[in-house]
Amino acid sequence: MKPAPFEYLAPRSLDEVLSLLSQHGDDAKLLAGGQSLIPVLNFRLARPAILIDINRVPGIDVVHETEEGGLSLGAMVRQSRLENDPAVARLAPLLRGVIPFVAHPQIRNRGTVGGSLAHADPAAELPAVATALDARFLLSSATGNRWIAAKDFYIGLFSTQMQPQETLVEIEFPAWTPGTGWAFQEIARRHGDFAQAGLAAVISINGSGVCTRAKLVFLSAGDTPVEATRAAQVIEGNSPTPEIIAEMAEIAAMEEVEPSGDIHSTVEFKRHLCKVLTKRVVETAIQRTSPIPN
Amino acid sequence: MSNVKLPIEVTVNGERFNRQVEPRLLLSDFLRHELRLTGTHVGCEHGVCGACTILVEGEPIRSCLMLAVQADGLNLTTVEGLALDPQTLHPLQEAFWEAHGLQCGFCTAGILTTLIPFLESHPSPSENEVRLALSGNLCRCTGYQHIVDAVLLAATKMQDSDRS
Repeated sequence: MKPAPFEYLAPRSLDEVLSLLSQHGDDAKLLAGGQSLIPVLNFRLARPAILIDINRVPGIDVVHETEEGGLSLGAMVRQSRLENDPAVARLAPLLRGVIPFVAHPQIRNRGTVGGSLAHADPAAELPAVATALDARFLLSSATGNRWIAAKDFYIGLFSTQMQPQETLVEIEFPAWTPGTGWAFQEIARRHGDFAQAGLAAVISINGSGVCTRAKLVFLSAGDTPVEATRAAQVIEGNSPTPEIIAEMAEIAAMEEVEPSGDIHSTVEFKRHLCKVLTKRVVETAIQRTSPIPN
Repeated sequence: MSNVKLPIEVTVNGERFNRQVEPRLLLSDFLRHELRLTGTHVGCEHGVCGACTILVEGEPIRSCLMLAVQADGLNLTTVEGLALDPQTLHPLQEAFWEAHGLQCGFCTAGILTTLIPFLESHPSPSENEVRLALSGNLCRCTGYQHIVDAVLLAATKMQDSDRS
């Protein structure tokens, strides 16, 4: 048998999950979609004493529109649902747009939004997109709830602010502002593989053609999702020109991303990819700021 | 405690099975070793190769990335359940035969289970859509060209049979 032995618990309510976590904390792992955890168990890179399977917990797989016109997702919403739910496409088009890049359909049918966000793989798409969209996460424990912004959640390689007694329950995306365009692109050796570099961008342009806000968040470019704030400042307050976009690409790729090399790509090559991606993604996001007939 | 077996009831290809399983038993190994349904192949066993793809409630998933206990109460379909009867293959299986869509056959079960739901949602796919749908399944023999041909042929066959 591949995984090392563990005790398997399958609670039927969120309260039960939280009480199990307060009891077992560090000894337990939560099993959501399992698309990252089970490979790690199969390799015996992790040997948790207890596995708490949350697949049968009701009420944490709900998709709904918030009162403010944003999008709320339960942590156990499957990734494949983001591809097909019209509410997601309407309320958070970048989130819908990124899904075809997340692994393969077989993986997305099991993989969950909360699982990917909490796993904090720097090569994963959803943490970068959640950061670009100013999402916030609801963490619950037996002693209470707290909200944390995506940008504050990620602290290192596979590391987050979540404590062993806590679990991610809900993800909220703010309402989409008019005049905002988005784009996502990544470069991988084969479609669905972990990307060598990727970029999510959200750009707002006002009626006079001036950029009021830009967000650029890279994946596979450091230990966490990497927000290129200085590159964004280059365009904010200005009307986009090819020179401005070129300067953004230079700053993001040479000064802001911190990729590490691997057998497929050197650090220099990854910086080059980030530069190329910045240009492509920013141009596409700007094009999408003008209302296009559906 | 952790070696305690748990009872599960699963329906596989229309037949109901009751078994006791260790929680750490993977669904892929349960199908092969406990139920002796060895048509589901295991390649990488960490979700990369796609060989172990089966249908859970009609949706393709990697059976090496799910525990057998998680399948309790669910409906599964493996490659053994795709043909209507031993004499009548599924149109996609027929097309694989006719268009030389397989050589060694190791990846074939996972490709069939991936593409049957795909053809249901994409009745006349483009070649590019087929290649994207195949991207989660590795084949080391064919170079994929004959697999793509087989899928496009199957789409035509399935549309013809819908019309008749």
